[in-house]
Amino acid sequence: MLSTTFLGVNFKNPIIAASGTYGYGREYESIIPLETLGGISVKGTTLLPRSGNKPPRIAETPSGMLNSVGLQNPGVDAFIKNDLPYLRSKDIAVIANISGNTPDEYAELARKLDIPGVDIIEVNISCPNIREGGKSFGADPKAAGAVTAAVKAAAGKPVMVKLTPNVTSIVEIAKAVEAAGADALSLINTLTAMRIDIKTKKPILGNNTGGLSGPAIFPVAVRMVYEASRAVKIPVCGMGGIETPEDAIEIMMAGAACVQIGAAIFRDAYAPKKIVDGLGEYCTENGLKNISEIVGSVKFNERDNQW
Amino acid sequence: MEFFQEFCAVISHSNLTETIHDIWVHSPKAAAAALPGQFVNIKVKGFFLRRPISICEVSSDALRLVFEERGEGTKALGGIMPGDGLDVLGPLGNRGFSTDKYESAILVGGGIGTPPLKFCRNSLNKSAAVLGFRNEAQVIMAGEFANVQVCTDDGSRGHHGNIKKPLEKFLKTGSYEAVFACGPKPMLRAVVALAEKYNVPVEISLEERMACGVGACLGCTCKTVVGNTASYPRVCKDGPVFDGKAAVLC
Repeated sequence: MLSTTFLGVNFKNPIIAASGTYGYGREYESIIPLETLGGISVKGTTLLPRSGNKPPRIAETPSGMLNSVGLQNPGVDAFIKNDLPYLRSKDIAVIANISGNTPDEYAELARKLDIPGVDIIEVNISCPNIREGGKSFGADPKAAGAVTAAVKAAAGKPVMVKLTPNVTSIVEIAKAVEAAGADALSLINTLTAMRIDIKTKKPILGNNTGGLSGPAIFPVAVRMVYEASRAVKIPVCGMGGIETPEDAIEIMMAGAACVQIGAAIFRDAYAPKKIVDGLGEYCTENGLKNISEIVGSVKFNERDNQW
Repeated sequence: MEFFQEFCAVISHSNLTETIHDIWVHSPKAAAAALPGQFVNIKVKGFFLRRPISICEVSSDALRLVFEERGEGTKALGGIMPGDGLDVLGPLGNRGFSTDKYESAILVGGGIGTPPLKFCRNSLNKSAAVLGFRNEAQVIMAGEFANVQVCTDDGSRGHHGNIKKPLEKFLKTGSYEAVFACGPKPMLRAVVALAEKYNVPVEISLEERMACGVGACLGCTCKTVVGNTASYPRVCKDGPVFDGKAAVLC
């Protein structure tokens, strides 16, 4: 009822832990088994280790949070040696999330990750928290296409490109990435944002700005998933503030073939399980053979100015 | 690390000062697993992120949490009443105070850094405590420690001044194996410097803005240096207690 084939990879359900919110899969095992999820997109990985941004890296907002972690990670070689074997031992689809400073770096990461245990490469061209690379690739259709093409030429795995919402036209970027050979899109990454401590007049985050996530961005995600999925032929993985089964259903109706869950787990560690269970119940209640029947099923209001 | 996410009933609530709250919550699993220095991450209605709060002490089936109103979230949490439910994630932190390694320690607390040291006191054979506060009205839990020296910035109670002199006095006796400290960073720097002077192991509890509390998000990283090697461990999972000589307190 929930099993989904996405980019030729079998997901036992369409719910995936979003990169940066679930580490490399071990942290929540004490509460819910990793295998509850259909897939995991692992912490963003770079060629060399990164120590990330200076603290504070977290700020709360109404209905959400800002982070400016800055891609702290042990580097791709350490991921392959220390974390991938653990993920391989689990019945779960593994999405390796990569970030680089140049198209060549992205390509090298994709080559290194062309190994058993990695099912899909997610290309992060949208991290708002690093000065170099990431962000500027994601906001420029040409640069986004160049990174996508470089990764496609090097990768043996399906390639999903993660888009930033910090653009004027998500359609333009989505089309450029599709034209460059991407197998799928994932969106949205966080929205660039800022909070200021009015007592000190200083930004709360050590990095001054960060990325906004949580329910605050959910409606933006729904709109962008709808726009992007209508504009391209490749499948879309939706994310951004999803907390409940109803949220997951909504973004699937907007056009998402699968769904990533991020910050919601910080508030409720059982959120992924509740969402998976809720999707199952929804299928039963609505007589669906498979949840994929609802993907893109939104019925638009006729826009008639003569009302 | 085994932890739980449980919905717990608040057993009691009292105020230690106008803004410092003292609650016991019924949480048998977390109470059985908790170790000195660990914390819980608590959901507050109306706020997106949980609030990390140190475990003050445990009974067979309950946790005692003492926390200060620091912002809107902890202020809302302060309105909790006996009988209310509280969503508690914990106990968290892979490294607490080494009460299993040492028989005795000097406990140094600064303000709201004092509560977790009570758990240490309960777990040690012998302890002394140096507790620093702004003034007498802010003094909490002084009667709950052994060999305690209270210090106030304005001299309204106990030693007039910071914790340095009383701490040095206890260090000079040479009868304590370690120093455990929790409080503001300037205090921690002074404690580490004195412990180093007397060549006594020192462990400090750190705090940082957190999201997940379990090591998944890398939001609360701190910096440690051992030899020439810098590391960026997570306060929540790799701490919250660190070797005072390794932690970079800036």
